[in-house]
Amino acid sequence: MIYDKGKIFLGLAIFVALVASPFWYNPVFGTGKTAPPEPKLPKTATLCVLPKAQMRAGHMQVIYDWRETVVRGGGRMYRHPDGVEREMSLSNTCLKCHEGKKEFCNTCHTYLAVKPFCWDCHFDPKEQA
Amino acid sequence: MSTGEGKGMDRRGFLRLAGLGALSAAAVPAGWDLLKPGAALAAGAGAPVAGRRYAMVVDARTGCPDGCRDCIGACNTTHNIPTFADEPDPRRHELKWIWQTSFHSAFPGNEQEFAREDLESKQVTVLCNHCQNPPCVRVCPTKATYQRPDGIVMMDFHRCIGCRFCMAGCPYGSRSFNWRDPWPRNAATGEPAKLPNPEYPTRMRGVVEKCTFCSERLDRGLQPACVEACKEKLLVFGDLHDAGSGVRALLKEHYTIRRKANLGTQPQVYYVIGA
Repeated sequence: MIYDKGKIFLGLAIFVALVASPFWYNPVFGTGKTAPPEPKLPKTATLCVLPKAQMRAGHMQVIYDWRETVVRGGGRMYRHPDGVEREMSLSNTCLKCHEGKKEFCNTCHTYLAVKPFCWDCHFDPKEQA
Repeated sequence: MSTGEGKGMDRRGFLRLAGLGALSAAAVPAGWDLLKPGAALAAGAGAPVAGRRYAMVVDARTGCPDGCRDCIGACNTTHNIPTFADEPDPRRHELKWIWQTSFHSAFPGNEQEFAREDLESKQVTVLCNHCQNPPCVRVCPTKATYQRPDGIVMMDFHRCIGCRFCMAGCPYGSRSFNWRDPWPRNAATGEPAKLPNPEYPTRMRGVVEKCTFCSERLDRGLQPACVEACKEKLLVFGDLHDAGSGVRALLKEHYTIRRKANLGTQPQVYYVIGA
């Protein structure tokens, strides 16, 4: 025997609908699929410091390791897979090859709504020019 | 001792399993650390060399030519330090890595009533002393500031939480706080305004900054920017442990004083005052 059956089941239905809203909101109210980000890849350079899949998943760890290495005194140079030594630098190495922060970094970061605090102090030298 | 024969686990079995679990929990991340992509990057060149001790000798005998601020300008440009020149009171948010001050402010306790007259008006170039016994390093709660094996008192802006203990600890006022964003930013993109040196990052609000002896230039085999900029060659930088270095030659030749040496911080910036 349940008192106020109607109210309880109505309330439950509303609750379930709200909780499930991430699943039905887009099909019902959405304006279609959001296009996945397409970061512009470097035009000239073909070899990144790590394979694409690893960079995609772990570039933040690479950048973090570079930062610790450079700032906390473990050295500044990185032996690139092509054999050339390059400086471990976000602005001066990564962004020299990559099209730019706006075309490369921001595309995914905006799509995923992440705001890395790298850009509080570091910046794209090309955008400064 | 054994309880619940046949089912469940006795105490010894439980302890053995728990021990193994704890061991693997400790060992697996360590092994993972070795294999993760970043670890291979850690090997590199340009690391500070233990056994060196970087120091500077400031030749303050003649003093700078009137109004010359080349060293300060070079430092500001190299490290993107704003001057706030178009503000009503530029000194309000002033960020000082290298600056000039009066003889008496630089060397309190050395005042004499009948001292050489030129000392009254002398401007002395001062900067972080990169103390051998740095109080700022001792008080920093996050180890954002630390001493490198080559003696440079380095600052990791990433790790600074802006508590300003180091500013209280430094007896030389060599540390400046970013009370606000050092550069105006584009409201839409968040990009800082046009910076003098696109090769060097800027800082953000709430971070302490100071002279780093141009560690980034030393790694490239360059002299600090202020030393390079001084036309009169009044700033000399070098390794105190190298008997043939310029700093050692000057220290050997002249009697030098250091700022507030009595505090025991062992400053590594030496001043030639007398002829």
